[in-house]
Amino acid sequence: MLHTLSVKQMSEKLHAGEISSVELTLHYLDRISKYDPELNAYVTVTPELALEMAREADERLKNGTAGILTGIPVAHKDIFCTDGVKTSCSSKMLDNFIAPYDAHVVTLLKKAGMPILGKTNMDEFAMGSSSESSYYGPTKNPWDLNAVPGGSSGGAAAVIAANLAPMATGTDTGGSIRQPASFCGITGIKPTYGTVSRFGIIAYASSFDQAGPMTRSAEESAWMLNAMSEFDQRDSTCLEMERPDFAASLGDSLDGLKVGVPAEYFGEGLDPEVEKIVKDAIAEIEKLGATTVSVSLPNKDLAVPSYYVLAPAEASSNLSRYDGVRFGYRCENPADLQDLYKRSRAEGFGAEVKRRIMVGAYALSAGYYDAYYLKAQRLRRMVRDDFTNAFEQCDVIMGPVAPTPAFNIGEKTDDPTSMYLADLYTIPVNLGGFPGMSVPAGFAKGRPVGLHIVGPYFSEAKLLNIGHQFQQVTDWHKQVPAQYQ
Amino acid sequence: MSIGKSEVEYISRLAMIDVAENEVEQVSAKLSKVLDLFAQMEAVNTEGVEPMAHPHDVQQRLRADEITETDQHEKLQSVAPATAKDMYLVPQVIE
Repeated sequence: MLHTLSVKQMSEKLHAGEISSVELTLHYLDRISKYDPELNAYVTVTPELALEMAREADERLKNGTAGILTGIPVAHKDIFCTDGVKTSCSSKMLDNFIAPYDAHVVTLLKKAGMPILGKTNMDEFAMGSSSESSYYGPTKNPWDLNAVPGGSSGGAAAVIAANLAPMATGTDTGGSIRQPASFCGITGIKPTYGTVSRFGIIAYASSFDQAGPMTRSAEESAWMLNAMSEFDQRDSTCLEMERPDFAASLGDSLDGLKVGVPAEYFGEGLDPEVEKIVKDAIAEIEKLGATTVSVSLPNKDLAVPSYYVLAPAEASSNLSRYDGVRFGYRCENPADLQDLYKRSRAEGFGAEVKRRIMVGAYALSAGYYDAYYLKAQRLRRMVRDDFTNAFEQCDVIMGPVAPTPAFNIGEKTDDPTSMYLADLYTIPVNLGGFPGMSVPAGFAKGRPVGLHIVGPYFSEAKLLNIGHQFQQVTDWHKQVPAQYQ
Repeated sequence: MSIGKSEVEYISRLAMIDVAENEVEQVSAKLSKVLDLFAQMEAVNTEGVEPMAHPHDVQQRLRADEITETDQHEKLQSVAPATAKDMYLVPQVIE
């Protein structure tokens, strides 16, 4: 069964000529047609494109120009513009949008030779923590079809968990890679802000948005991050610096690693089973040679309100481009220009997206700018400085990704603020722009739970190795729901 | 903090999003809840803290003033709802 192989094993077999990329790609396409109708993890499946790319990969495997990921299929979150393919961001607004160009990440992974299986479902415009706000209906958690897969990269997490793709791309603005990775029992890393180009990623909140890999293991994430990350002139916030080999540290000993454990991450609201799983995981990492030190993040509770001012403010500006004129949804028979704008947006956006645009516009409006927007930016610095101070005493910080395992579909849709609070451990990391990762660490009530590992800027290689070492002595990342084995 | 009907109308104008008469109540209730979340910021003393717009202290890059992009208007306009003579069509603005 090809889907039970690790990416390393697939790559070895591809290079040895034991299997072809076409064979591997067909296997996944077959699984998608069999299992995706119940999971709804893909918005679009692209069999023709996938097979054409797989044939090209097979050529490269034969002529010696193939790399480690050549021939390994990939699923892109539907937020990445993909030339000639519908790129909807799971919104009615972009239901008719065929991207006329590739996102930089898509270009790079095409260059690596990864056939594109399709585009994965998500919360509309990446605004959500459950993938329920998609115009195409909710994605289900492969571990429990009554549960959400997390969000916004819920489709990406679900396709990895159910073996409907060996590798996937995600984006993380407030936790959208790490929280679904935790909920679906897979590995995902959000790199330091500015590491991966945002060019061609449909913008939500530009000073937070960052793309990263979603895979089964940390080792696989390291290879994929190597392939995804390169300086790109077209993203003005993409850091102009040499990228390290993110896989170079895999194999380093954890001897002497100092793990900071913030008391504030183990307080009220944390599910006791999740707490135990996370503490056991940290104990496991201590056995590998690490020591723990207690650190403090006193302004943790300010992160959620700060983020929910700043991200919607940026969104209200970014999403002003959807006006029914140049691309996307346009209302029928507009009476005048104002009516065209107001009705196209009212009919094209879903409820949560509209709410965030309105909140953002309000926070930026005359009379509230200082009280909301500037205040939130000041809190952002306080939250960031908490981490900077903590990193003087430790190499990395560990804690929970989310306060609970995956919640039920429909459980939090009525009260937006209860959904916002599900991100209280991930959001501070985005406010600071730090790298953060989720690695599978156990199960609570049959639903996966991740360990959150956060490091200083540019510590991705270290985080990935910690995940890798943890995965040498645990097998949580190898667990697959019975019906998708 | 509670948002009334006139404020919902004001925000609808700012955001350029139509809010139907029968949605006003629900929109105002949910927006009020979000603003309650914001109210938690008020009590925090932020004197002397510089607003932070971006994680890194970097400057905008400049580039040489050279043409690097080719004309792709046909491709880019192929996804537009309505065009004519290479222009985007909108309802008449000037009588």
